[in-house]
Amino acid sequence: MNSKEITTQISSAADFLNLKKWDFGASFSNDYSVQVDKGEAKQLKASQKQVLTIRVWNESNLVGITTTSDISESGIKKALNQANIASDFGNKNESTEFSPLAKDPINVKEAKKRNPLGIKKLLTLLREAEVKLIDSHESIKSVPYNGLSESIYERVYSNSDGAFRSYTKSQAVLYLYARAEEKDKKPRSSGSVKIGYGVDDIDIESCVKEASNKTISHLIYSNIKTDKYLICFSPEAFLTIFNAFSSIFNARSILDGVSLSNKNSIGEKLSTKALNIYDDGLHEKNISSSPFDGEGTPTKRLCLINKGKIKNFIHSESTARIFKTIPTGHAGLGSKVSVSPDWIVVEKSKENFDLKTSLDHSNYQGEFVYIEELNAIHAGVRASQGSFSLPFDGWLYENGTKISIESATVAGDIKYLLKNIVNIEPIQEVTTNGVSPHIWVDQLSITGDA
Amino acid sequence: MLSSKIKSNEIEFGSCNKELLEEIIFYAIGLGADFVELFIENTDNSSVLAEEDNITSVSPSFGRGAGIRIFKDKRDGFVSTNDLTKHGLMRSVSQAIEMLDITYKKNREVFNGLNKHKDYSSSKKTWIDEVPSIHEISEKLLISTKSLKKNNKIITRKGSYSRNLQEVIIASSDGTYVSDIRLHQTVGLNVIASDAQYRSNGSRRFGSSGMPNEFKIWDHEKAANDVFESSMNMLYADYVDAGQMPVVLANKFGGVIFHEACGHLLETTQIERGTTPFENKLNEKIAHESVTAIDEGISEGSFGSLSVDDEGMEPEKSVLIENGVLKKFISDRAGELRTGHKRTGSGRRQNYSFAAASRMRNTYIAKGEYSKEDLISSISDGLYCKSMGGGSVGATGQFNFAVEEGYLIKNGKLTSPVKGATLIGEAKEVMPKISMCGNDLELAPGFCGSISGSVNVTVGQPHIKVDSITVGGR
Repeated sequence: MNSKEITTQISSAADFLNLKKWDFGASFSNDYSVQVDKGEAKQLKASQKQVLTIRVWNESNLVGITTTSDISESGIKKALNQANIASDFGNKNESTEFSPLAKDPINVKEAKKRNPLGIKKLLTLLREAEVKLIDSHESIKSVPYNGLSESIYERVYSNSDGAFRSYTKSQAVLYLYARAEEKDKKPRSSGSVKIGYGVDDIDIESCVKEASNKTISHLIYSNIKTDKYLICFSPEAFLTIFNAFSSIFNARSILDGVSLSNKNSIGEKLSTKALNIYDDGLHEKNISSSPFDGEGTPTKRLCLINKGKIKNFIHSESTARIFKTIPTGHAGLGSKVSVSPDWIVVEKSKENFDLKTSLDHSNYQGEFVYIEELNAIHAGVRASQGSFSLPFDGWLYENGTKISIESATVAGDIKYLLKNIVNIEPIQEVTTNGVSPHIWVDQLSITGDA
Repeated sequence: MLSSKIKSNEIEFGSCNKELLEEIIFYAIGLGADFVELFIENTDNSSVLAEEDNITSVSPSFGRGAGIRIFKDKRDGFVSTNDLTKHGLMRSVSQAIEMLDITYKKNREVFNGLNKHKDYSSSKKTWIDEVPSIHEISEKLLISTKSLKKNNKIITRKGSYSRNLQEVIIASSDGTYVSDIRLHQTVGLNVIASDAQYRSNGSRRFGSSGMPNEFKIWDHEKAANDVFESSMNMLYADYVDAGQMPVVLANKFGGVIFHEACGHLLETTQIERGTTPFENKLNEKIAHESVTAIDEGISEGSFGSLSVDDEGMEPEKSVLIENGVLKKFISDRAGELRTGHKRTGSGRRQNYSFAAASRMRNTYIAKGEYSKEDLISSISDGLYCKSMGGGSVGATGQFNFAVEEGYLIKNGKLTSPVKGATLIGEAKEVMPKISMCGNDLELAPGFCGSISGSVNVTVGQPHIKVDSITVGGR
């Protein structure tokens, strides 16, 4: 069933059930993935998935919802019926409406769909990548976590007011995590992830090289003394911690009392004037970009921090109405509509006079800790309190030489971190989570074994 | 003897599907598969959220689908689909055969038809009528969130309930033919307390399997008191000083450390990957002699219990570590095929879209002989971890866990509350340091995310003492 057909089916079923106001979001996908183990195919996987979420408004304008994978005629009728029953329990204190922007034009990127290569080709490519990675260094004994996948998916939003929008995309992902072992030393592991619209868009050689270099760079390691350090966050690490505390900008979280911000926080100083941060779901490097959100609102670039101050919050339809603004394209369809960021872009503003520009991770000679990757975000972040305590992979630099840090955590407070940014390097790097330069922060606590 | 009932062209729950299933399996074997397994699922779920004094979300969902797994030698191909017609299932089989590049038709196994149907669901068909209605759930959640409003420092109150009812049919070319109904219910309470610049969270989750009336008898008042007290105790807590120190881990969810740090390393998927340090340690000492650890799927009502696993095998009680000596690994069908460790009834998956993998069920450290006070009084300077948050274990066995509610131990006594603590270590190094086990074993429900998705589990332990561990703080 295609997106037009399902819209027609839902419309007919709603008419039959005398349901006047409804909307739905649906996704259809075909996914293929392979994993290998020392040259052998390990698991080969294919799936066809369909998910349909329907909302129904009852005569009191209360909303009910149902989600199903059954899009047969009977499944659609059952979903509409269940949603109608659930509407009796709709939230009386916060109404939900269609997005006023659900019919606005959307920006669909052209030519971002690639034909799948098929399982056999994926397997051949992954086998070759595994061999190259193992052959790249004598200490690399295996690639225990690996995978190459491709998928084609379609997303749809439509409502009883005539809004209809859909897009089809493809995406491929390659990940390689190598394990290195040396006599009388602990095993070390690191890796690389690459995403493209199709497998042919992925630079497999660079993924292998990056996984190899990162793994080898951790072979010489040492404990670190527990203390406060000057820290350089890699672009990936900074985006990870920023996303973990994105509730600061999330209107839903503010209304729910779980954000560090409140309704009046627009204009509040969060960091050095040198920092600008945007949410830019349509960024040209965002492979996973979606031209509209779960409520059909077009995705757009939005400034979150301008010269160190909070500039905007991200919204759904209902939070925007409460805040007397317009939806920003960040809603997820649900019984309680969620709000989440898309693709974060960090940059240095023009007012960057207070930065210590001598801090450059590629040539700084003083002592600092380079945090390459933060781990266990789900366990170590207290978003509603602003605190974090996270294990990381990284190195201690001293006099231009580096040594991998064994088993350590970095702890602090997000507001302290943002206010103590001492440098924002000039070059932005693209990661799987967004775009950011290296960010330097002074005096963060590191716990090590030493 | 094969079934001779009238052929159906689509899987129907509650009906006999034997002939259609046999036809699909014969088709796959005929195309050269060594082994074929069909996992077919029908779900009926709902969740309710209460915030402050309002119901803010009611979310029903339902669905159905099939996961078809085909083995050829030690390789496997897995295809999932929402199409439960004969045509859809056969198309999925063909896809799996093609993925595995099976071109020769010499099979290792012979399919002799499905065994007599084992119906584990016969006494469970009324569960859907016995679970509480949305009205009943809403009323009780609202009473619960009201109970959390004990002073004006509580700024947010939430109560959540979810119910997952899963009907499954499992059939495979070794003759396995079973069906079952699984019911899981969870309820959780959360608060945020605030006073000037101070903030704290309190949360607890409760859960059961196969007990439709459990939510109705859940003691919400006791739960609300527990959550409230936890948030108040932690509201003005200082950050813990980092360092190496002895710790006492509380019972119940304290067992998450064993689950994450050691349990995962005893799953055969880790042997397959070569990422467990315990691969060649069977019958060797890997932990302190005070440690006996068990994984089982049979405790009545426990969140990780099963009548039958997702590969059609009844779960067994597996003693993983006995007095510090490694005795067994947790194994599924692929694990047995690839590592030689016998299946333990631990093949589990989140739903039809995942292939089953060796996963924990109810996993706990057995009780010892000491009281909680014995453990605390043995420490002059350390940390008591009363409530643990989540954690993870890395590719090289390093683990980390957040401590939600912690207290300093000074001269054998509990003193001030501390926040921001993280426990860091490696199973291989920490297991020999568990020197004392209490006599107060208790279990707690949780969700475990891994290779085959998120599955319901129980973690547990008595109070235990770890002689030395790295505590991350500020």
